[in-house]
Amino acid sequence: MAQTYRDMLVDPMVDNNPITLQVLGICSALAVTSSLKVALVMAIAVTLVTAFSSMFISALRSQIPSSIRIIVQMIIIASLVIVVDQALKAYAYEISKTLSVFVGLIITNCIVMGRAEAFAMKNPPIDSFIDGIGNGLGYGLILMMVGFIRELFGSGSLFGITIMPTVNNGGWYVPNGLLLLPPSAFFVIGLLIWGFRTWKPAQVEEREYRIQTVEAH
Amino acid sequence: MEQYLSLAVKAIFVENMALAFFLGMCTFLAVSKKISTAIGLGISVTLVQTITVPANNLILTYLLAPGALAWAGFPDVDLTFLGLISYIGVIAAIVQILEMVLDKYFPPLYNALGIFLPLITVNCAILGGSLFMVERDYNFGEASVYGISSGFGWALAITAMAGVREKLKYSDIPDGLQGLGITFISAGLMAMAFMSFSGVNL
Repeated sequence: MAQTYRDMLVDPMVDNNPITLQVLGICSALAVTSSLKVALVMAIAVTLVTAFSSMFISALRSQIPSSIRIIVQMIIIASLVIVVDQALKAYAYEISKTLSVFVGLIITNCIVMGRAEAFAMKNPPIDSFIDGIGNGLGYGLILMMVGFIRELFGSGSLFGITIMPTVNNGGWYVPNGLLLLPPSAFFVIGLLIWGFRTWKPAQVEEREYRIQTVEAH
Repeated sequence: MEQYLSLAVKAIFVENMALAFFLGMCTFLAVSKKISTAIGLGISVTLVQTITVPANNLILTYLLAPGALAWAGFPDVDLTFLGLISYIGVIAAIVQILEMVLDKYFPPLYNALGIFLPLITVNCAILGGSLFMVERDYNFGEASVYGISSGFGWALAITAMAGVREKLKYSDIPDGLQGLGITFISAGLMAMAFMSFSGVNL
């Protein structure tokens, strides 16, 4: 193994981020980020599911016949998600209500499937576990950034604690209601991707058509 | 009848799967480069959604819901915790069967849709549709209407998006925003446009 564990953990956070570069797991990234607390719970849940499913799938990888591997992976992932879902219902009922169907949708979160297919089927369990944690954290990082922006400017608070008192409560901050609505998540992630790619120009996509400049004679 | 119509309008426009709940986003962004492929995928999603939501509704009512197993002599059994795994199993199985049926009886349709069908198993819009059906307690009739109209809403959104992107590729976009970035921002603008449907009631 040429990569060290540290690389495997850090690489998916910046250089190979699942959301901004691999375009995986966007669905939930957009839907659960209107408050930071929910985003944090979601990030933890996805990290755990990715890490453990990668580990189990990798442990079974030589036993799984390749023709039915998708179904086997699905079943392992679905079982883990059921565990997470039941745990949330038992210990954090309010949050599980807010997350509603999005906990169940971790099953079809492309990050989990993508890592199982691309990494866990070829590598030993411990490596896969760390790769899962790394990708989960890379996903969590974007989720927290979007959640931070949306909650701070949308309702003037962080984790439900008021940072900038809003006008309604006698403060000075006029909250930007747009940030609490679904479309803002698209804008925030779009701009984040712009920022990331300006910082790391290697991630810029090739354009399909180039505008031709006519030289003056 | 009226309630079904209002449910359909709500599922297509107001609570559009792709633009209001962000379901099926991965495929939405990945397969929306050309209108023709987008339409193909849209039709496949509508087809699968139309079958899976009512099918999962039957599974829930007759196997999983509390007391549903009374006909088998287990009136106290509550299997709802097995919901997720059953729904995804049903979806995977139906997609597989659909693929085989299309291959056997409708080869042209199979050739057109074939590559998209396996993708659909992991499309969150499909599982999301079933989960919303469970959460909102739809009965069989409502589930059928919800299935077809939410699938249609998704197809509408991806086709519109592909139309926008086909034009967009000729425009001069800053380097960092190229590709994924600008796609997100245009999806955001579309979502805002769709929000103007909210409050529409028939």
